[in-house]
Amino acid sequence: MKLRQLALAASFVAAAASGALTAPAAFAQAKEQFFPVLVYRTGAYAPNGVPWANGFVDYIKLTNARGGINGVKLSFEECETGYATDRGVECYERLKGKNGGATMFQPLSTGITFALTEKAPADKIPLITAGYGRSESQDGGVFKWNFPLAGTYWVAGDIIIQDIAKKLGGAANLKGKHIALIYHDSPFGKEAIPILQERAAMHGYKLSLLPVTHPGVEQKSTWLQIRRDRPDYVVNWGWGVMNSTLIKEAQATGYPREKIYGVWWAGAEPDVKDIGEGAKGYNAITMQHGAEPNAAFVKEIMDKVHAKGQGTGPKDEVGQVLYVRGAMSAMLAVEGVRRAQERFGKGKVMNGEQVRWGLENLDLTQAKLDALGFKGVMRPISTSCQDHMGAAWGRIHTWDGKKWQFTSDWYQADEQIIKPMVKAAADKYAAEKKLQRRSAADCQS
Amino acid sequence: MFYRENGQFKTSYAADQQILPIAQDRWAILALVAFAFIGVPLLVDEYLLRAILIPFLILSLAAVGVNILVGYCGQISLGSGAFMAVGAYAAYNTFVRIEGMPLIVALLSGGFFATLVGMFFGIPSLRVKGLYLAVATLAAQFFCDWAFLRIGWFTNNNPSGSVSVSDLQVFGLPVDTPLQKYLFCLAVLVVFALLAKNLVRSAIGREWMAIRDMDVAAAVIGIRPMYAKLSAFAVSSFIVGVAGALWGFVHLGSWEPAAFSVDRSFQLLFMVIIGGMGSIMGSFFGAAFIVILPIVLNQLLPAIGHLFGIEISTAAISHAEFMAFGALIVWFLIVEPHGLAKLWSIGKQKLRLWPFPH
Repeated sequence: MKLRQLALAASFVAAAASGALTAPAAFAQAKEQFFPVLVYRTGAYAPNGVPWANGFVDYIKLTNARGGINGVKLSFEECETGYATDRGVECYERLKGKNGGATMFQPLSTGITFALTEKAPADKIPLITAGYGRSESQDGGVFKWNFPLAGTYWVAGDIIIQDIAKKLGGAANLKGKHIALIYHDSPFGKEAIPILQERAAMHGYKLSLLPVTHPGVEQKSTWLQIRRDRPDYVVNWGWGVMNSTLIKEAQATGYPREKIYGVWWAGAEPDVKDIGEGAKGYNAITMQHGAEPNAAFVKEIMDKVHAKGQGTGPKDEVGQVLYVRGAMSAMLAVEGVRRAQERFGKGKVMNGEQVRWGLENLDLTQAKLDALGFKGVMRPISTSCQDHMGAAWGRIHTWDGKKWQFTSDWYQADEQIIKPMVKAAADKYAAEKKLQRRSAADCQS
Repeated sequence: MFYRENGQFKTSYAADQQILPIAQDRWAILALVAFAFIGVPLLVDEYLLRAILIPFLILSLAAVGVNILVGYCGQISLGSGAFMAVGAYAAYNTFVRIEGMPLIVALLSGGFFATLVGMFFGIPSLRVKGLYLAVATLAAQFFCDWAFLRIGWFTNNNPSGSVSVSDLQVFGLPVDTPLQKYLFCLAVLVVFALLAKNLVRSAIGREWMAIRDMDVAAAVIGIRPMYAKLSAFAVSSFIVGVAGALWGFVHLGSWEPAAFSVDRSFQLLFMVIIGGMGSIMGSFFGAAFIVILPIVLNQLLPAIGHLFGIEISTAAISHAEFMAFGALIVWFLIVEPHGLAKLWSIGKQKLRLWPFPH
């Protein structure tokens, strides 16, 4: 009796599962450019993952409200990764062939980026890792399918040191200073180390490396060390709950928040708003944009998406730092498709290879950005076969207790330092993988 | 009616001692293996291969390894994730540091180093038992997490601590497409499962079970606890190490220590408990339950929502997945505390009487 129920239940589940697995084919529609969205709306990093996802999806909806890309509408589907690499890989496999094929992927996790870097070339799908991912993938000669658009972690680290130098009154004054890097102990956190070490060798400051294990709520021993050593500056390479914990620990230790710099994953509202006044003075690098509630495109989203009740997430979070980040990431992908259409046919659905060409030949001038509503938010981005990053600009913003305010002018990362590092790391990767650098002919294709 | 051994007479000891004494079982398993090798490649698409079947095969292999230690020898271990990591990183180092290293030798060397580490961390099992041993093996987990994060040599001094491999070949055949990877994992799994099944039926397997059931009594009848326990640790870690190497090499291609965190150890232990302790078959059920069910739920729930015209948000699906998964674990453990394998054997018993239960 019990067994029969069990068998019935099992067969029902099996039947429903096969239905679920084959169903997507029926939904597939032609003439729609499919954007897979890997998100994490649950788990330890959800507070930061949710606004990013909302921004990304809202920008896709806005693009549709604007009439699509030369008439081609966008479709999208979310897949929850929970920041776990194996679930991310599963999501990638699930979405890559859906609805006529994925346009591009944005893994939103360094771990997933590493795993997908191995898979994307075979599937011919470009990976956009705007501001994150592996820093050496800027080298398009080796990483044909990776696009760390508008900045990498090495750019971020470089600009943070530049700002510290400026506050000290010149790079010469860095000599003998002590900078502590508190980093998330994962490939993401470790990305910061090479650039800070390179700069340390140049300027003669002392760098101490203090890892914090996932998810980052246990930092007592780290802060004991800070209390003992009293470094001149602290650089925070954290994500999710680690950031707010870090600021609270700094508060408890009595370490001045003005001397803490966060990476751009550690410089948004969820990190500081619960601490409020206590986080006043905390700095973070922005890869171009900060919180932009007054940007033209944000207002447009309010008018065309949220006003019609189609918005994703709460209204008052629209325009926050990570929301803008999500929207900007979507915009870069959309513009990649638009650029590809210019060559391969306007009003057509682009495949992964064509979008890759579009991303590689992206030429977002200030005029184009202004027309898209990104005036004052972003600077021009122009990529090439060799340079998959396109821009190395950043600013510092500071939490004033209520909101994020820009406190520095634009900085540009020092090409002289980063370029040789990128080349060396990319060559090492190519040698390990037995890859050839792309030829000039390949660049034309 | 069909599932009866009436008329199958055993005329030799060999016939009586085979793994599956009932002819129907034998044919069913052979048909299943043949289907896995020939039928599956013809039927399934790339998504099923890469996202479901390959992880399922590799984690089944790991669960077989853990089952030997936990299910057969009764030594509860929470260090399985660590042994997988040792296997993966040792195989990686052998593979990249020695020019022209064949893939299979690299994988086996991963297993070999995992064996050494496993035996080392198995030494406390001679003194501590049960839950205390579980806590002691956690040390292996934390030590390995630390070592692979901190010691640059293991990761070939990669700045990010993430390593990757490519260009896999076996006897000149590439292991590149999902299908080739699937067949490779399947072949490895079949070989190891067969070895494990035979090992647990042999003298050494009986020693393990004697130790599990009552170690004092086992010692009295002449079983050396040290030999039995350490050999269980060795065999188990070897298999788990090979599974770890496959997980890194074949499934992920590029990995970091977080891929083998303490979560993985728990996951493997749950596979064994849910699947059935002391059953090779149970390892497969457990792996299927833990690997496949969440993904099926994740896709099923929105589809069910569609039927009723409800759009469920991504976060809600994820939460519902956890709830349904947790509820199913509880339900299965209440219905059959001895795991899915026991359920399976009860099913077989009933089938023998069917359809005339009198």
